[in-house]
Amino acid sequence: MSVAAGTVKNGTTLQMRAKRRSLRRVREAPIHAFLFLCAALSILTTAGIVFVLFEETFNFFKEVSLTEFLGGTVWTPTFSQKSFGVLPLFNATIMMALTAMIVAVPLGLLVAIYLSEYAPNGVRQVVKPVLEILAGIPTVVYGYFALHFIAPEMLRPLGQETSFSAASASLAMAIMILPLVSSLSEDAMRAVPQSLREGAYGLGANKFEVATRVVLPGALSGIVAACILATSRAVGETMIVTIAAGGQPNLSWNPLEGMQALTGYIVQVSLGDTEQGGIEYSSIYAVGMLLFLTTLVMNIFAQWFLSRFREEYD
Amino acid sequence: MSAVDATVASRPNRIALRRNLGRLFLALCMAATGLALVILFVLLFSVGADGFGRVSFDFLNSYASRFADQAGIKHALYGTLWLMGFTALFSIPMGFGAAIYLEEFAPRNWLTKAIETNINNLAGVPSIIYGLLGLTIFVRYMDLGRSVLSGSLMMSLLVLPIIIVASREGLRTVPPSIREASLGLGATPWQTVRFQVLPPALPMMMTGVILALSRAIGETAPLITIGALLFVPFTPDGPLSQFTVLPIQIFNWIQRPQPAFAEDAAAGIIVLLALLLSMNAVAIGLRNYFERRRKW
Repeated sequence: MSVAAGTVKNGTTLQMRAKRRSLRRVREAPIHAFLFLCAALSILTTAGIVFVLFEETFNFFKEVSLTEFLGGTVWTPTFSQKSFGVLPLFNATIMMALTAMIVAVPLGLLVAIYLSEYAPNGVRQVVKPVLEILAGIPTVVYGYFALHFIAPEMLRPLGQETSFSAASASLAMAIMILPLVSSLSEDAMRAVPQSLREGAYGLGANKFEVATRVVLPGALSGIVAACILATSRAVGETMIVTIAAGGQPNLSWNPLEGMQALTGYIVQVSLGDTEQGGIEYSSIYAVGMLLFLTTLVMNIFAQWFLSRFREEYD
Repeated sequence: MSAVDATVASRPNRIALRRNLGRLFLALCMAATGLALVILFVLLFSVGADGFGRVSFDFLNSYASRFADQAGIKHALYGTLWLMGFTALFSIPMGFGAAIYLEEFAPRNWLTKAIETNINNLAGVPSIIYGLLGLTIFVRYMDLGRSVLSGSLMMSLLVLPIIIVASREGLRTVPPSIREASLGLGATPWQTVRFQVLPPALPMMMTGVILALSRAIGETAPLITIGALLFVPFTPDGPLSQFTVLPIQIFNWIQRPQPAFAEDAAAGIIVLLALLLSMNAVAIGLRNYFERRRKW
């Protein structure tokens, strides 16, 4: 009796256990679904960005031709005589980003080489996070610094006439992206295996030659990718160029003049009370689209470059 | 013969030249590093000197004003707190969820790969583009107005990639053997994650959250785009209230021509930077504390 009851009892327990286990899995299905949705939200975000930009850009191009937008040299959307040639804004954005890179890349690379090849461990562990503070400072702060320090103290003597200039914005951006260049490049340099350095030393190279002819080429893909990412950051940077470069569209190559960037225009229109539906309103989406595509191409290129030219060690 | 002699004779010279080049290069590298540190110091010092005289309890506890010497940042601090609170509320579950899915549950297929590539690309999208997204979706389509809610939903999307990447790193520090042991004892995948993986990974994930929020605190442009106000003489009283935040108030003061407002801006910057540095300090402290306590 008791034995038989035992088997029955045991049997049900086993069945119940199996049932309970499958039940537990079923009960977990909503959790899995929720987690998947969280991850899929990123796809939705991208789709949302593309949709939002396309919708209003489409409205914009109903009234303005693509050739006028991309080829025109006059940007006067707020005047009664409206003209939508984006070149002054685009030129300003590219010029400021490139100027910032001209300052930040050599400086950042020298810092990276010092930290990766020369600095004692203790120095590196202090200097690197301290420099990364620069990357975490909000961009309004850089805008303030450009307007109240770089422009009056450094650029006035060089001939800047108004308080706004592309150069002051560029220099502030250079400071902002310096840690990006140096940190990412340093990571790439430290990934170059020690054996390569030792091989070069064995052939009689000194430290300078090892750093510039072995480590630098070995880390090149990472360094180039870091530079492209930094440029793309500078292209999308908003507050610095809005505050320091002024709000006047200006097709010029003189960095000591004020000019308006793509992002600066979006902020300018957002600050005013622009009615939705007008051409001025849809123009910020067209400008945003141009900005989005520019940075997207750069980011994709950086990723492609990194995977295509990566030196595989080990 | 003579050519060899010449090479031998010039050898010490060449070695000396190479050595000097090396020294010059090292000097250059050190100068660059020194310059970068000096720039950081000058930046902090010049802003600090401009605004130090204005930082006071009254400054923290007054509203915006037309008079520079009476202006304060109470409304902006409250706005920042409201915005950050809601941003954390939305972005933490979403970010952790996405990280857990990608790290623990995702099958290796094209969809997972697409999501990962997509998150990388989103991290590189300029923040002002998120502003246009928020303006269209949250302010216009969902009709939430230029409110704390719109702002924080937009900000959540903006910081999500940062949280996801940092959380995945945190999850990856838990060795696979722990998961295998838990599964082997009969725990379900979710039980394994919930009771074995999450507890040790949580500190690093929280570090990522703090870093993401410290990025969000300084963001200005996308909030201007969705229409956070430049001049708000009140504190928000609910998620649908209009608001301003600290960096926007600073931007407002920077744009005014009177030098007295520049001082206010600098004082606001001091408060903002103090807030940021303390958040970073907490993040670093948290990470160090738990790294030392880790058992494996």
